[in-house]
Amino acid sequence: MSTLDGKVPAGAIKDKWTTYKDKVDLVNPANKRKIDVIIVGTGLAGGSAAATLAEQGYNVKAFCYQDSPRRAHSIAAQGGINAAKNYQGDGDSTYRLFYDTVKGGDYRSREANVHRLAEVSGNIIDQCVAQGVPFARDYGGMLDNRSFGGVLVSRTFYAKGQTGQQLLLGAYSAMNRQIARGKITMYNRHEMLDVVIVDGKARGIITRDLVTGEIERHSAHAVVLGTGGYGNVFFLSTNAMGSNATAAWKAHKRGAYFANPCYTQIHPTCIPRSGDYQSKLTLMSESLRNDGRIWVPARTEDVDAIRKGSLKPLDISEENRDYYLERRYPAFGNLVPRDVASRAAKERCDAGFGVNATGEAVYLDFASAIQRYGKEQALLKGESNPSDARIKELGKDIVKAKYGNLFDMYKQIADQNPYETPMMIYPAVHYTMGGIWVDYNLMTTIPGCYAIGEANFSDHGANRLGASALMQGLADGYFVLPYTIGAYLSNDIRTGPISTDSPEFEAAEKEVTKNMNFFVNNKGTHSVDYYHKKLGSIMWEKCGMSRNEKGLKEAIEEIAELREDFWKNVSVPGDANELNQELEKAGRVADFLELGELFAKDALNRNESCGGHFREESIEQDGPQKGEALRDDVNFKYVSAWEYTGKPSEAVLHKEELEFNDIELKTRSYK
Amino acid sequence: MNLTLKIWRQKSANVKGKMVDYKVADISEHMSFLEMMDVLNEQLVNGGEEPVSFDHDCREGICGSCSMFINGEAHGPVKNTTTCQLHMRSFNDGDTIYIEPFRAKAFPVIKDLVVDRSSFDRIQHAGGFISVNTSGNTQDANATAIPKHDADLSMDAAACIGCGACVATCKNSSAMLFTGAKISQYALLPQGKVEAKDRAQNMVAQMDEEGFGNCTNTGACEVECPKGISLSNIARMNRELLSGSILG
Amino acid sequence: MSSKKSGLSSIGRKVLMALTGFFLMFFLLQHLTINLMSVFSPDLFNEVSHFFGTNFLIQYMLQPVLIFSVVFHFAWGLYLEYQNTQAREVKYAKYKGSANASWMSRNMLISGLAVLAFLALHFYDFWIPEINTKYFHGDMSGMLHDGEGMRYHIELVEKFAHQPMRVALYVGAFIMLSLHLLHGFQSAFQSVGFNNTKYTPIIKMLGNLFAILVPLGFLFIAIYHYNVHPH
Repeated sequence: MSTLDGKVPAGAIKDKWTTYKDKVDLVNPANKRKIDVIIVGTGLAGGSAAATLAEQGYNVKAFCYQDSPRRAHSIAAQGGINAAKNYQGDGDSTYRLFYDTVKGGDYRSREANVHRLAEVSGNIIDQCVAQGVPFARDYGGMLDNRSFGGVLVSRTFYAKGQTGQQLLLGAYSAMNRQIARGKITMYNRHEMLDVVIVDGKARGIITRDLVTGEIERHSAHAVVLGTGGYGNVFFLSTNAMGSNATAAWKAHKRGAYFANPCYTQIHPTCIPRSGDYQSKLTLMSESLRNDGRIWVPARTEDVDAIRKGSLKPLDISEENRDYYLERRYPAFGNLVPRDVASRAAKERCDAGFGVNATGEAVYLDFASAIQRYGKEQALLKGESNPSDARIKELGKDIVKAKYGNLFDMYKQIADQNPYETPMMIYPAVHYTMGGIWVDYNLMTTIPGCYAIGEANFSDHGANRLGASALMQGLADGYFVLPYTIGAYLSNDIRTGPISTDSPEFEAAEKEVTKNMNFFVNNKGTHSVDYYHKKLGSIMWEKCGMSRNEKGLKEAIEEIAELREDFWKNVSVPGDANELNQELEKAGRVADFLELGELFAKDALNRNESCGGHFREESIEQDGPQKGEALRDDVNFKYVSAWEYTGKPSEAVLHKEELEFNDIELKTRSYK
Repeated sequence: MNLTLKIWRQKSANVKGKMVDYKVADISEHMSFLEMMDVLNEQLVNGGEEPVSFDHDCREGICGSCSMFINGEAHGPVKNTTTCQLHMRSFNDGDTIYIEPFRAKAFPVIKDLVVDRSSFDRIQHAGGFISVNTSGNTQDANATAIPKHDADLSMDAAACIGCGACVATCKNSSAMLFTGAKISQYALLPQGKVEAKDRAQNMVAQMDEEGFGNCTNTGACEVECPKGISLSNIARMNRELLSGSILG
Repeated sequence: MSSKKSGLSSIGRKVLMALTGFFLMFFLLQHLTINLMSVFSPDLFNEVSHFFGTNFLIQYMLQPVLIFSVVFHFAWGLYLEYQNTQAREVKYAKYKGSANASWMSRNMLISGLAVLAFLALHFYDFWIPEINTKYFHGDMSGMLHDGEGMRYHIELVEKFAHQPMRVALYVGAFIMLSLHLLHGFQSAFQSVGFNNTKYTPIIKMLGNLFAILVPLGFLFIAIYHYNVHPH
């Protein structure tokens, strides 16, 4: 075990980034033309980085597996993007955003990175507005803000419920400008299948053209991975079907340390699974918890009747309902952070109180909000003695104005009218805070290989606050990487074009080709999805919202066995030299089967509860916090960065000690 | 429920395709349409056959990947809905369902139901942007007030997911709704007005070059658009282009 | 961004359809106004017909423009329709056009061709004899051969009286014209960029009124002259 150096610049926290920018080596414009940069992934991080680096003069080659950069999964983010603009005059500041993010991450992120993120957050909004992103505005024509979970200010900018879409289309438009100028060469429907290391530096990638199946070599002076998170290791998640960890995992196998894989965010307000055929889960904005009350029946006989369909939730009287969040957390009630709300739902469902056929659902009820708003409106309209029906009607109008699009979406998927009957929700895997370890420069442990956005282990510690993922992706791509990569590339101005004929490229391509051929020739007995679903179920049961030593040890073994079976019995129809979606999935699941094992190992190693990682062994034993998550700052105040050695369970741990000089470590309390 | 599916199968771009019949059984009404397709594909893979290729990704109606022409309509019978958000409860036991790719000369089939929509990307390359550097050193975001009405209209136009349903459903395979929406998004905002004339000309020129058909204002695009993009965006594009070419 | 030079764009093409359409709709209104006189005042009808038939400006300026518009609107429409069919090489096995667009908007070619066929008959009935009389026989007097009054009203009436087949053809054509206009009117406004939450509903209403009332007027005249025998 060694100690990792995050390469954080010296100086006061608020000066670090400014000083860094003043002193960092720059590459002159004429030399930038001689330097190639590969960017894999075109979401908010990859797309914004590609546009910016191209604009600066580098020759950018960008890759995405989708048919257009515009479809990267950043597009699905709903709620908004945080920025410390303080337009509302409610006391927001760079420091406060920095503080909220570190605290929200349960003190497991790198202070200097988070502060830099908060510093550049305002610029993101300026930039996006200049690009034509249609953020919501008030009647005075100024930008509007909303508030989001876990903070005391209104700092979230939004574009209806489609903020991610609009920000991504903004980055995509910036890319389009550079594609038109010939500064970005765009490779759509290409998947990166290996990173090529020449003389210890990342010098290129091997890709597969998903249409023709051709295995291609691409060289560059630096490789940037903006390939998103690995939530699909759980099979069911809110990620896109194609979201995968292959690029990150290949880099890991080539020497990039993987940090904190066990930090996963499980989002409490998703639409529950309806059957075994379920292919993915849909998230509904957490803003619903502002007005919805979460409950399950208090009596098991009611649960049985509900599941049989002989009882409707509306028929259960108030005293027979268990508003468990309000009961357990009187101070925050239904507005506890995501990780706490998710675990509480699981606890009730595990105890047998789940309210749908699968036993994995709780109610999110708007009846009292409708009543409250209805009475308020009647008063405002001067209706002195409104009927119950009238109150309901007025209340529904308000709820519709606030959450109409979410209610419509719910109705479309669940086929129930949430204005009349409580919604059913259940937590789902949503975001992975862990990822490839990077230093302050966003460089991985492979020189010349960078990781940005959700793909890196990021600025969110063990838990991410709402509306911060978009902020981090764009900060990395627009404003951080374009500076830090220059420091590395300034040494490459005399290197000249990188040849793809070297033995390293040859060997990497050979291996990729061998793998592809293996899959289509294996003619096994089970489909790729069969294995993916099995892996997902192990992960969810044993590495999900609540983890313990026994389960994690079992998971490590079971995943290893499943992996072995996969390599023997997987069946992939079709050929390697054509569009073959089963083959694409096979490669991705093969990597998930390794990543899952490392995930479990990391969770086993971290015998503390922090943020999204909850170890049953590490809970408060007494006092008012009894039963709540217990963080262990004495033994675990570090980043776990894992080095690949051939088998995930034998990965070697490297620690980066976290220093908190500007923020005092405290226990999060929501009681 | 039990269903008969008539699906377009085409091995690759250069091979002739045909409609092929499949049967699926025990389909739950709660499944999404694509989950029904998953069931079919699992059935095909287990039987050693090649599964049906189709584009899909987010499965929550926002990425714009999914693109099926179902029973004669883009994204199927339910309005304001993408294929991935269509559920089987919209069908009945015993139904025969036609499933075809989005068809247009500018959307050539790659395989089965997968089509190449890169023509949309090229239209955007021609002018789907505001020429501003990404330095972050622009003016403060609140320096220019933008009337809420304009910002909202711009957002409505920007909500386009680029799926191509407008082209697929148009009897002329015209891409005017897509192009009009993008031109409108920028034309409605002060920061987009600077280049509005050139943008409209360049994007329309590229659209024509791609081989999309002419618009005859049938309005089918607006009806089938899963995001409800308004026909008024086409009129705005016409206006932008006309004023650009008349006023020079 | 710099501007790319290009020829007539797809939008330019549809604007040309709209502009000729506007002109033809204006002509229809004018034509109807004169024809209605044939019902209410045969003398006035004769006077006005004679003026229009012999006025230099109308004959040598407006008439060529009208002929050009008719020919252009048809030829251009056919050409665009051809382009449009080329834009989808493989047709759908199942295409449910009725789910999202009106029959009228989807079948402008059919209603247009029907009107074109009607025009052939109409020219045979009126325009060719008229040109023959005026320019080949040099009779610009507008009088009947026996010199008993002006010829226009009688010529019109004779075409319809006791001519059920012709009247039926005219009626059918006016219905097709109505269908063509039901889409064409509002479509022309949309093509030139006129779409506005406040005025578009009014235009749609006006368009429907125009598309129904104008052909109905012509239809009324044909039936009127069929029924009301002048002698």
